[in-house]
Amino acid sequence: MEKLEVAGLTHHFGFTKILENINFTLQKGEVLSIVGPSGGGKTTLLHLCADLLDVTEGRVHNTFASSSFAFQEARLLPWKNVLDNIMLGLLACGEKRASALERAKKIALRFGLEESDFEKFPKDLSGGMRQRVSFARALVTKPSLLFLDEPFSALDIGLKRELQNILIEMIDKKEISILFITHDLMEAIRLSDTILLLKADPGHIVKAFTYKMPQKQRDDTFVYQESAKILQDSEIIATFELELK
Amino acid sequence: MKFLFKILKDFPLYLWSGWGAIGSIFLFIALWDAGHQYYGSLVLPSPLETFTTLLGMLQDKEMQEAIQTTLTRAGIGFGIAVILGTSLGLLAGFFMTASMMSRPIVTILVGMPPIVWIVLAMIWFGMGDETVVFTVVVASFPIVFVGSLQGTRTLDGDLSEMARSFALPWHMKFFDVYFPHIFSYVFPAWVAALGMAWKIVIMAELLATSDGLGASLAVARSQLDTAGALALVVIMIASLLFIEYVILEPIKREVELWRS
Repeated sequence: MEKLEVAGLTHHFGFTKILENINFTLQKGEVLSIVGPSGGGKTTLLHLCADLLDVTEGRVHNTFASSSFAFQEARLLPWKNVLDNIMLGLLACGEKRASALERAKKIALRFGLEESDFEKFPKDLSGGMRQRVSFARALVTKPSLLFLDEPFSALDIGLKRELQNILIEMIDKKEISILFITHDLMEAIRLSDTILLLKADPGHIVKAFTYKMPQKQRDDTFVYQESAKILQDSEIIATFELELK
Repeated sequence: MKFLFKILKDFPLYLWSGWGAIGSIFLFIALWDAGHQYYGSLVLPSPLETFTTLLGMLQDKEMQEAIQTTLTRAGIGFGIAVILGTSLGLLAGFFMTASMMSRPIVTILVGMPPIVWIVLAMIWFGMGDETVVFTVVVASFPIVFVGSLQGTRTLDGDLSEMARSFALPWHMKFFDVYFPHIFSYVFPAWVAALGMAWKIVIMAELLATSDGLGASLAVARSQLDTAGALALVVIMIASLLFIEYVILEPIKREVELWRS
């Protein structure tokens, strides 16, 4: 069974302790989100899980067959057109160019890009389009584990909902597992099976919330109700320092 | 291959866009003729006279050899500068210490007037090919070096992280992520260095050799052959314009299509 296991993970940058004793397990088909205020070590934690940073203390054990990463910014290669950018991950796995091109075209259309956009360079795309391309690039390889670093934070509500719906569709079919970091509680409630609350200085997990209802059945009312509930939680108030306002 | 084809396909359109440039060159020639009518032939020969001399020169076997000699010297010097400058610049760019140490040296190299190098080279190598080639290398090397250094130092950390997250194999990392960025710095540096090499080769030849375009210019000066000197200048400028606008600029346009 594929899973991602994090045990006793502690991390320092220089003399500053960023993360302390993080433990969690992400099972196949699950969506686990980590919420917390900005600057709380969320990105560091995600990078450690995705092997973009070296683990120094503790253990990260990843048995997922494949994974990909969608960043907060699109991070497209400016000298490659839309299709070439999407194909990047496929070519890296050794797929033939012709079939990679076909798959890239298919997923680009599914993510709401037009055929006339295919040859464009990133400089000619709007911010939302770039993020679509970035998502397509991450998902075209059909990863079994997806790392998301607040990829929706710069998008308008419509596009945000559209991309989330694509993910929810995939979650429903058990095609994908997601480790997701965000500071948006509503987003976390909409997508996650489990929400871990990361408190800063140094980052440590203070509480976990679980949601049993399948993502596909969660409507706006559910998300609003649960958000209202979670905002009453004393740990959430303390972590996000809500009492200051 | 596809890339070369695209350059060729866009080439006629690019040439067509050159009418404005040709117009301004003709305006310049008109002003030149006005100067000729005011100052007379000894000071400023007419464009017609100059171009007639030029045609005569181009048919002259000796002059053809001179052009070839100069082209060879500039080519060798430029080639060495490009190879050395690009590779050392890359190396220096990848190591923090090396790039910090190389900065003052580059400042010295850039700040040194080329004429000083010519004098030193004349002492070291005597009068001949080596002096000219050496001066060309020394003058164009720092330009290439700095371009290549900056290209390497400004690599985008976010993009390399992305490349790592997709586990790109090394050749894709190099050709798809690093190379296009570095090339966008190195290529303009090459163009600038080529212009520099062409100027320096003439100067070095004028002072240090008895053959080549520069030496012919020295001869024209001693014989007060103003028309001949101007014809030589036309050869030098025309060849530079040809290389820059007909060969390099179309390549640059295609290569930098992605830039905003």
